[in-house]
Amino acid sequence: MARLLIRNGRLLDPSQDLDGALDCLVEDGRIARIDVDISADGAEILDAEGAWIAPGLIDIHTHLREPGQEYKEDLASGGMAAVAGGFTQLACMANTDPVNDDPSVTKYILDRAEKDSPVKIRPIAAATRGLAGQVMTEMMALREAGAVAFSDDGATIMDTAVMRRVLEYSTLADAPVIVHAEDCHLRAGGVVNEGPVSTRLGLPGNPAAAEEIMIARDLRLAAMTGAHLHIAHVSSAGSVDLIRRAREDGTRVTAEVTPHHLSLTDEATMTFDTSTRVAPPLRSAADISALRAALAEGVIDVMATDHAPHATYEKEVEFTEAPPGMLGLETAVAVTLDLVRDGTLSPLEFVRCWSTNPAELIAVEGGSLRVGSAADIVLIDPTREWTYDAAQGFSKSRNSPWSGSKMTGRAVATIVDGRLVYHSERGVLIR
Amino acid sequence: MIGRDILGIEDLSRDDIELILETAERMQEIGTREVKKVPTLRGRTLINLFFEPSTRTQTSFEIAGKRLAADVVNFSVSGSSVSKRETLLDTAKTLDAMDPDVVIVRHNVAGVPHRLAEVLQAPVINAGDGAHEHPSQAMLDMLTVKEQKGRIEGLTVTIVGDIAHSRVARSNIYGFLKLGAEVRVAGPPTMLPAEVESLGVKAYTNLREALDGADVVMALRIQMERLEGACFPSVREYAATFGIDRAKLRFAKEDAIVMHPGPVNRGVELAHELADHRPSVILDQVRNGVALRMALLYLVAGRRHPVAFSEREGR
Repeated sequence: MARLLIRNGRLLDPSQDLDGALDCLVEDGRIARIDVDISADGAEILDAEGAWIAPGLIDIHTHLREPGQEYKEDLASGGMAAVAGGFTQLACMANTDPVNDDPSVTKYILDRAEKDSPVKIRPIAAATRGLAGQVMTEMMALREAGAVAFSDDGATIMDTAVMRRVLEYSTLADAPVIVHAEDCHLRAGGVVNEGPVSTRLGLPGNPAAAEEIMIARDLRLAAMTGAHLHIAHVSSAGSVDLIRRAREDGTRVTAEVTPHHLSLTDEATMTFDTSTRVAPPLRSAADISALRAALAEGVIDVMATDHAPHATYEKEVEFTEAPPGMLGLETAVAVTLDLVRDGTLSPLEFVRCWSTNPAELIAVEGGSLRVGSAADIVLIDPTREWTYDAAQGFSKSRNSPWSGSKMTGRAVATIVDGRLVYHSERGVLIR
Repeated sequence: MIGRDILGIEDLSRDDIELILETAERMQEIGTREVKKVPTLRGRTLINLFFEPSTRTQTSFEIAGKRLAADVVNFSVSGSSVSKRETLLDTAKTLDAMDPDVVIVRHNVAGVPHRLAEVLQAPVINAGDGAHEHPSQAMLDMLTVKEQKGRIEGLTVTIVGDIAHSRVARSNIYGFLKLGAEVRVAGPPTMLPAEVESLGVKAYTNLREALDGADVVMALRIQMERLEGACFPSVREYAATFGIDRAKLRFAKEDAIVMHPGPVNRGVELAHELADHRPSVILDQVRNGVALRMALLYLVAGRRHPVAFSEREGR
């Protein structure tokens, strides 16, 4: 019987409200015991050296690019980047080539992941065929094949009648519909937040209203249909207000925020660095404050990376021509630990937003160190100092504005089903 | 300023701008000679890298380079880097391998000269990037105002038209503010960029108020094909509301001058009778453009010690 004892750490489990100097014993890939000073009794020992011991992080918003765009990322490279970042499960978006709008693609992703990925992969299927926003996908069959949610991420379903039907039908499949909320007509060619920065740079602006209008529409439709609406990458203070009011009214809505929208303003685009071109765009300092407060308040439920790899040659182009998105998996912990350092979140809340809530949101096992649950565990050293170099990272792509930056805090060990898959000194151990 | 990139007026200090303007004033005389050439940049290679056609600016830089005896090469590229499957970096590295001494860049997307400058060894002069900056245009405008008014400090400059899509407006806003002028912008609300007053200007949608007491009235070119029906309902309505004619000009100071970066849509931004005669100074702007660009080339690519511009130099 394989036994692993993790000790000498601060154990954080939001699902049991545990925060203390506790050891964690793993047997045969499952959590066997959580207690003070568990004796090794022949078990292999992993010394946490004071680090946090938490349920493995779950990222419900990643782009792993397989099938079809393996030159950007694939399930193996994305999986390695994930475990190096402390993640044990990823939900991957449907905008692959072919689009994950058919059970055969969902099954293909799961089969490949089984062979290639050190993390658990949870495919998100398209909400409409070909992400075209017109005909809904076979949600029941996709769910059966393993899809955990439905999303046309990257595109917005602009036809309100189609969106209504998608939400209605999703209740049959019993999975959330994740929306990328941007009114395409109002956004038009906008590539940076509309405001003083777009005015200075002379780049086309994308107003926060383009996001808020779509969120307002979708919240009304969610209230009308009773569906579970999940709003991806919320970026503006106005969006937070809309979501807060809808929650108070009892609408079934959840929301996520990315590390970059929590930490970077549109000022980061002043160098014309195309890695700062994201959709929705980086916004103002006031928006960041509102997003941080919303996370602390629980109006936003989870953090998610929107890890969006693009080849260097695709990003070394005109700012307006660069595809939107930045890497996130390897920097997420360091960037968002800033919210713990500034007191926005307690360590327990931090783990809740990265692990327990995401597991609940997509209804998968995980996010808990309860005895008997899968031993998906991360060790996080919140004070470890390191320098991120995207060229040395596990992702195939390098589009990160943090490359070359000094970071504080990182995952030092990642365990999936009881197996040590990543250790900061030894690298990725199982591919 | 030897070796320095000239990417925008926002990055230049008041001293930098004054040095460039003073140098341009000394360059003006060369254009009046019978032999309009000095050997100052002999043996230097300038590349005019134009991703967007612009006969005027390209010709102005070309003449400026030739008057300083530089070898000027025009390198025109059409289409985005994506459509060519060549990145901007590839383009920059290719040019760099040809060892130019100055690269002059025009592109229809903001920030391209800045990205190229990161790679190119040679100094880069921004000849217009999207709706961002057009520093040589703004400085030739400042040179013209200085010539006409004897000063810039304390003047009121009103820029009229499509501020949102105009690099000329942005560079002139930064430049005139740095030299102590008051800058106003006026146009339909659809053509004023978001929070434009954050740039330090006062914004007007009422042309009469914007012109009240102005010393300089600068009309901007309207991209009629692209914007009619989107940012204004019709050319006729635009011309009636924001086109400058003698009647509207009466709200400005009596001795106000009228400027335009060209080419003028006659009867739209400027009434026909204003385009050709005083108080318009449009051809002075064009003339000063050559001197100003000579000054820029001399300052960024010239020798490391001051030289005279006499015809004897270099003999």
